[in-house]
Amino acid sequence: MATLKVLIVDDEPGIRSGISRILQNFTVDFPFAEEPFQYESIEASTGEEALHFIDSQPIDIVLLDNKLPGIQGVEVLQYIKEKNIDTNVMMITSYASLDLAIKATNNGAYNFVPKPFTPQELKTAMEGITKHLYLRRMTNKLNEESRKTRFQFLSVLSHELKSPINAIEGYLRIMLDKQVGNNIDDYEHMINRSLERIRSMRTLISDMLDLTKIESGGKKREISKVDVVHLAQLCIDNMLPLAAQRNIKIYLDSNKPEIYINADSSEIEIVLNNLLSNAIKYNKPDGTVFCSIKEENNKLIIEVKDTGIGMSAEDLSKLFQEFVRIRNEKTKGISGSGLGLSIIKKIINEYYNGHITVSSEVDKGSTFTVEIPFN
Amino acid sequence: MKATNIKKVLIVDDDIDSLSQLSLYMKQMGFDVITAESQKEGEELINQHKPDLAIFDLMMDNKDSGFILSYKLKKKYPDVPVIIATAVSSETGILFELNTEEEKKWIKADLYLEKGIRYDQLKEHIQKLLKI
Repeated sequence: MATLKVLIVDDEPGIRSGISRILQNFTVDFPFAEEPFQYESIEASTGEEALHFIDSQPIDIVLLDNKLPGIQGVEVLQYIKEKNIDTNVMMITSYASLDLAIKATNNGAYNFVPKPFTPQELKTAMEGITKHLYLRRMTNKLNEESRKTRFQFLSVLSHELKSPINAIEGYLRIMLDKQVGNNIDDYEHMINRSLERIRSMRTLISDMLDLTKIESGGKKREISKVDVVHLAQLCIDNMLPLAAQRNIKIYLDSNKPEIYINADSSEIEIVLNNLLSNAIKYNKPDGTVFCSIKEENNKLIIEVKDTGIGMSAEDLSKLFQEFVRIRNEKTKGISGSGLGLSIIKKIINEYYNGHITVSSEVDKGSTFTVEIPFN
Repeated sequence: MKATNIKKVLIVDDDIDSLSQLSLYMKQMGFDVITAESQKEGEELINQHKPDLAIFDLMMDNKDSGFILSYKLKKKYPDVPVIIATAVSSETGILFELNTEEEKKWIKADLYLEKGIRYDQLKEHIQKLLKI
């Protein structure tokens, strides 16, 4: 049970105690809220007194009469608005002129309840104001969280972009100062490393663009009937040069000659390319990659299995996080942006209502399995 | 300089380019250089060697690997100066400076350097730290 503090501002003691009594045993429950709400009343007989309460403690809801002995209700309302106080105000007033209504609404009053009102009218109004308050607070909280996530993403991103720049700058300075002598050949390693860092930075930037496109919903999708078996064969053909460098064999298997799915072929291609290139990169020399495309239980199942270095359970748990790259003795020298798996997970989850799982054993290899329902 | 006077520096950085550049500079400054490419390897080296100076990258296996290594080194050898080097800087939100004594006590590093610092500046800082 969550308790909301209600400040009742009215110069008539009868009204104040009447409202307090109605609210005493009243609770409000919404299907979307975690717990029901109850109310705790505080009474103020003047606007000045109300301001004192508002300044000294958090108040969730204010029930505000306009006609008060000192400052008017509207002035209390203005104060709440100016100070940006997180409270919902409902006006309770007998002489609700249009003028006043406009003024109060402009100053953020949520609702009007004309006096006299029945207990049921008050309860209905309280339900409305409580729902509004709850939803507003939840929205603010979610916005704040997504702002924080965004900020974290940007700070890691800037780290990932600065590292290669620092590395390249460092090598250029060494060359400029001729730190290892006058023979250009002695700098070859540094030049190659600089080029490699530039290459990986370019990959990072294009991966990051892919990811933001998906996240912002700004990506134009072209849905058509895609034969995943055929597409997988094309992707494998493109990977052959990379695989040949380390003498890795790739096998494709499917339980039907053609398996069609309604999809944007470029998205499925990103998924296949990422899984296949990982299976090659993290494989052992002379290793094998098994790619299987199946139609099973009204689902498309893509499985990519390698005979590579594998991962520990701890590494697995971090695998799909943005910018996470498993770093150890065996992954040394393997380049990547740390975004590939985040991207494909987003594509599979958000566009195809599917999911991706992975199982792995250190030194034996990893298996990534994608399941996408056909409809 | 006698062989026994050669000072040893421990550098731990998971960016192999940054590591090789720092190593090169430190060797040119006359140091004996030992290196590690991860927090874990760094911890092993700390157990085996007592360096005269340590330079740690901040973000490696963990986001605060540099601090962890620094803490462990200082616990074992309180007198060895530690430099934390990082590509993370204030504008990205992770802000820390070693200004007050209290901060130095908590973070346990003697100097915080942004990566990409010039060789001559680095040299100056190190000479100051080692009082040479």
